[in-house]
Amino acid sequence: MERPVRFNTNVKQVEAPASFMGDGFMATSFDKVIGLARQNSLWPLPFATSCCGIEFMATMASHYDLSRFGAERLGFSPRQCDLLMVMGTIAKKMGPILRQVYLQMAEPRWVMAVGACASSGGIFDTYSVLQGIDQVIPVDVYVPGCPPRPEAIIDGFIQIQSLVGSESLRRRNGERYKALMDSYAIQ
Amino acid sequence: MPLTNQQIIERLTEKFGQDIFDIHEPYGLLTFTITKDLNLKVLRFLYDEPDLGFTFLTDLCAVHYPDNVGKELAVVYHLHNLVENIRIRFKVFAGTEQPDVFTATGIFESANWQERETYDFYGVNFVGHPNLKRILNVDEMDYFPLRKEFPLEDQTRTDKDDEMFGRGNLIGLN
Repeated sequence: MERPVRFNTNVKQVEAPASFMGDGFMATSFDKVIGLARQNSLWPLPFATSCCGIEFMATMASHYDLSRFGAERLGFSPRQCDLLMVMGTIAKKMGPILRQVYLQMAEPRWVMAVGACASSGGIFDTYSVLQGIDQVIPVDVYVPGCPPRPEAIIDGFIQIQSLVGSESLRRRNGERYKALMDSYAIQ
Repeated sequence: MPLTNQQIIERLTEKFGQDIFDIHEPYGLLTFTITKDLNLKVLRFLYDEPDLGFTFLTDLCAVHYPDNVGKELAVVYHLHNLVENIRIRFKVFAGTEQPDVFTATGIFESANWQERETYDFYGVNFVGHPNLKRILNVDEMDYFPLRKEFPLEDQTRTDKDDEMFGRGNLIGLN
């Protein structure tokens, strides 16, 4: 007789990084292992100021379920988080606050600009609105849309994951990264 | 007997005479203009007289009329008599050269933030205001954004192509 409850035997597991294997050992580089761990356990910090934030709520909820990607745990303290997700219009008066939140995050940190407003000011081409958050903090991934659908946010998140997974451990000590931070006057 | 617009304007002209002008009643809302320096006296009179009793300041704002040379800025007061449920509106005009208007904070505490907002967007200098500084815009802003000579769009943008937004140097339009 068929069992009344069927268990999900189709659980997807992350693939092991390319490695050299023999009997009882496996050798690979820290870059790959640490990248793998980081990319599948990102802690996002939602910085939601308007309608894109509503889309993000849908993204987090059971239907779209961002936790499938290892982002189960939203942190509401920047000190605990790796990924700053900026969703919504950022007024110029909010700019310094957003920057402060970014500065409070520990390295390594990533930033995702969700929606037209966070990416470029969107339709609010006006005296009071910041024309894209990349004027105050560096951005890794831009998600277009007004607002973007949850699928688009998830796609942006997967882009972030691939950035995180392939990032060299030395990147944040490099000259190029330092120059980027200097261009934002961040020490 | 309920208070009517007619009675209000009679009481005002009796007291202030020629300083009250441009009286009209769009949609039944009594509207008039007064000479600039009398704004506090008129507010006080409307507040204190028992038969008038305009004790509530609904709104205080400004309008910029760039073509009205010498009197570009109108400061508009909306008052409400809560007992009779009658609203009135009056304006004073000031020039952008010296936009000084006496503050209403002595009569209405609620005028404080409204005057700061009006200063923030139009640069009306409310003489005697206890804390006249920007309230909504960033402190570093060095102009008054709702004056008509300033374009609405953010002037610091560098990455937007005007042609794509329909406001560039389009051939045949400039």
